[in-house]
Amino acid sequence: MIIVSNLHKSFGSKAVLKGVNLKIYDGESLVILGPSGCGKSVLLKHIIGLMKPDKGQILIDGEDITKLEQTRMDELRMRMGMLFQSAALFDSLNVEDNIAFGINRHTSLSKRAVHHLVSEKLEMVGLPGTNYLMPSELSGGMRKRVGLARAIAMEPEIILYDEPTTGLDPIMTSAIDELHLSLKEKLGVTSIMVTHDMKSAFRVADRVALHYGGQIVEIGSKEEIMNSQNPLVQQFVRGEAQGPMTQL
Amino acid sequence: MYLIKKAKQFLNEVGGMTILFLQTIYWTIRNIRSGKFDVKGLIDQMAHIGVDSVLMVCITGVSVGAVLVVQIGYQFAQMGAQGYVGGVVALAMAREMAPILTSIVVAGRVGSSIAAELGTMKITEQIDALDTLATNPVDYLVVPRFWACTIMLVMLTVLVNVVGMIGGAVVAVYQIDLTLESFTNSVLEWLRVYDLFGGLFKAMVFGAIIAIIGCFKGFTTSGGAEGVGKSTTDSVVVAIMMILAVNYFLTVFISNLNSIIF
Repeated sequence: MIIVSNLHKSFGSKAVLKGVNLKIYDGESLVILGPSGCGKSVLLKHIIGLMKPDKGQILIDGEDITKLEQTRMDELRMRMGMLFQSAALFDSLNVEDNIAFGINRHTSLSKRAVHHLVSEKLEMVGLPGTNYLMPSELSGGMRKRVGLARAIAMEPEIILYDEPTTGLDPIMTSAIDELHLSLKEKLGVTSIMVTHDMKSAFRVADRVALHYGGQIVEIGSKEEIMNSQNPLVQQFVRGEAQGPMTQL
Repeated sequence: MYLIKKAKQFLNEVGGMTILFLQTIYWTIRNIRSGKFDVKGLIDQMAHIGVDSVLMVCITGVSVGAVLVVQIGYQFAQMGAQGYVGGVVALAMAREMAPILTSIVVAGRVGSSIAAELGTMKITEQIDALDTLATNPVDYLVVPRFWACTIMLVMLTVLVNVVGMIGGAVVAVYQIDLTLESFTNSVLEWLRVYDLFGGLFKAMVFGAIIAIIGCFKGFTTSGGAEGVGKSTTDSVVVAIMMILAVNYFLTVFISNLNSIIF
């Protein structure tokens, strides 16, 4: 279980996280919604230890990752995978080397076994036979899927998705969502997705949280969020231009 | 206020670079101890940093050697001291010109390329991706670049010394009317192994400076394409300024050591 407790983070004078509290249960798919620039990605980066909070705790299976030393943090990261908003593929490596990066660095599998594993992951994300393409030869959707293949290559228990469907066409968005669901079903992974794509969020979520003003303002099942009387939730879910989020 | 702000920024940067240097040494020792030193990565970087710079530094070396002989040769000829031309040029090349000019060329070509590459990786979240794959960016990106730059700058300086002296000898023989024998004898009489090693030691330090500044500027890039451009320019400017400043202290150190040893 992941517990985020009273998390604070500021950049200069701008406070981005102002006491975030959140629980993510094993095997569940939590979607964090929120307007652009509200700090959703910052929250995700704290959960995987890319950023250190100014205050607060993040407990993963009871261990406070904000106080972990590098070696232990790396051990924990091997149980996690992250799909970046921009896919963040390594430009200088081909698709196979990108996906196999973690495997090559942390296991002693043979080249043949690694190739087999990479091909299996590429098959899962619907990109068979693209092993030797360079990232520059891939479209936006393909890059995201390769990024996802890299995130799941080490068969993580927790997957973090940072706006996985932003900039994708509806068909590709559905493909990514289905992949998200199948990973949850087949591998039983815990997933946290941040997005502002409502359709995608409600397709994959077990629970939905709304992040606004540096805090989680509402959390609940899809139905609870849809029927919430919180005006912030109502405005965001309905996508209304006028409302408490846009009031000066 | 502006000066205080700039001074704070400068101290922050020097502190950051020192920490990066110490982390690089830490990861080097750790990798050697665990037998995981990335030799392939080091060789790739040595090829990129060293081999690809050979033509540029050769042209620089020949040009400087030739120009030094022309400048010194005519002056010395007027004083009837042509016999010293080879020695003076060799000393100037070995002690100062070869390490400084090679470093400046490499700072322009390699330091900027390191900053641009790492800066692009930073703004496209590739460095974050390394972290999520339980790979320390200093270990994976900085260590091979640091050692490749340090080793190759020494090798390139040796090359510049050699081609510089060849260029100088050609000009001495065909333009200053010195004999090759007189030029060579003068070089052998004046130049000591200590001078050569002093220059190579400087080159090693300059190589480390170029790599650390390039990597630091890359890692601290922000603000998209404009940020990458700024980091690239800064890496060259700061590296050249740092090389020139450190050169003074190294020269004093090497010359004091010379007095102690000899």
